Amino acid sequence: MSTAATTTAAALSFENVSMVFPDGTHAVDDVSFGIRPGEFVSVVGPSGCGKSTLLKIASGLLTNTAGSVELADDNIGYVFQDATLLPWRTVQKNVELFMELHGVDKAERAGRAAEAIELVGLNGFEGHHPIRLSGGMRMRVSLARSLTLQPPLFLFDEPFGALDEITRERLNDELLDLFRRENFAGLFITHSIQEAVFLSTRVLVMSARPGRIVDDFEVPFHYPREDALRYDAAFAELSGRVSEALREGHE
Amino acid sequence: MTAVKDAGTLSSRMASADAAVTQTKNIRSRSLGHRIVTVTGPPVVVFFGFVGVWYIYSALVGETERKISSPYPHDVLDVAFFTWANLKELLQATWVSTKVSVTGLTIAVILGITFAVLMSLGRWVERSFYPYAVLLQTVPILALVPLIGLRWGFGFTSRVIVCVIISLFPIITNTLFGLKSTERGHHDLFRLHGASLGTRLRKLQFPAALPAMFTGFQISAGLSVIGAIVADFFFGRGEKGLGIKIRDYTSFLETEMLIGGIIFSALLGIVMFQIFGIAGRLLTRSWHESSGAGNT
Repeated sequence: MSTAATTTAAALSFENVSMVFPDGTHAVDDVSFGIRPGEFVSVVGPSGCGKSTLLKIASGLLTNTAGSVELADDNIGYVFQDATLLPWRTVQKNVELFMELHGVDKAERAGRAAEAIELVGLNGFEGHHPIRLSGGMRMRVSLARSLTLQPPLFLFDEPFGALDEITRERLNDELLDLFRRENFAGLFITHSIQEAVFLSTRVLVMSARPGRIVDDFEVPFHYPREDALRYDAAFAELSGRVSEALREGHE
Repeated sequence: MTAVKDAGTLSSRMASADAAVTQTKNIRSRSLGHRIVTVTGPPVVVFFGFVGVWYIYSALVGETERKISSPYPHDVLDVAFFTWANLKELLQATWVSTKVSVTGLTIAVILGITFAVLMSLGRWVERSFYPYAVLLQTVPILALVPLIGLRWGFGFTSRVIVCVIISLFPIITNTLFGLKSTERGHHDLFRLHGASLGTRLRKLQFPAALPAMFTGFQISAGLSVIGAIVADFFFGRGEKGLGIKIRDYTSFLETEMLIGGIIFSALLGIVMFQIFGIAGRLLTRSWHESSGAGNT
């Protein structure tokens, strides 16, 4: 097991974090890692290993029972597996929601929402209600909504897990594009090894519950990453090693 | 796919691909004429069948019975609808009952929403009040009416109270159900961004509850008309609403007018029911699943 050095400059750092739920479920055990600004870290692990719990702890939705969590900035983007759009709001109004909750004034809201909508490629759909959008489009609205607050750190909880393969790859490309331009740090939960390796600068492997970090892989490929990378031998080799670590941790 | 991704073209490519997806959903199903035949046709057939059976029955019962209890449909139309003085009498009575039921319903809506909000805020509030809300629904209204009359008189106030009692429960339960039906993920979202309870109620729970609330209003609108007529019928004093008229017509064996009164009671109920149905649909049609917005 290798643990990344946590520096004070980390966007997010976990220090021996454990989580035991009131019902006795030991979800996360002694987890330590750090994410530097501009780093994109994926966590892969078997389902039910406490991956999502990590994000809930990082965001403050849950409080860890042991260890410490440090955030450089309270402003974080949190993208759920479900797009969680408000169905009665149009795309425009959905994208404005977070700014509304933070008291940003109307004129500025409209401007920043327009920018975010442009970034995710949904121009022309501002007046649509979520019911008329495809799953991929809804996810993009969800992304745009978080982008409006320009958080230095994004938490992604299997955001593309419910989408079909083609839409997922397309959104992966788009997310990489956003990541490069907006330069946020990311913590990305997924159960897809390929997705993790393709997107990330680092991949952490978690064991079955109670979730521990059992391995930490640097991903050496340069950005921008092209589609062809998915069929590269080095990519396959690294994916294979991650897969092996995952299987070992599962036992 | 292109190797180096230019953001502009990437975005527009995505947008147009998805636009195609939405476009294919835009094909209108069937013609208007076809819809009229399939939607309006069956109930119209049933209506004519009913009128036919009515004619046969009136013809079979014989002269005396026909006069007392079973006039022909056209006699009812003649007396109650095509004789202006009689029609005016029925319209006035309907207006009196409308005022009572609308007032009662308005109060019930305000009270019902207030109770539902309080119950949604605290489990203990819900636990304290819910049994009594159920009681409201289960005590036969006729058993309460005399007491209400003794306490508040036999006029407008008492009639309104009866309406409120009879229509409160569906509003409370449906609103409460709606307020609690908000997804957990949405609550997390609002909590993450420091939204207060009031903000959550206003921007999340109320809009989410709207469809359920309007279902409640609709049920209660029908009930409040029943309440107005029952109270009227029982108290039998003061301004003459449909209930009193129905009683009068019965005692004077004015059967055509009695049936006219029944028809107006039904119409009032249907109109009130439909108003809330339409209002609810107008408010939620652009986004709610039941409206079929996703398929048009």
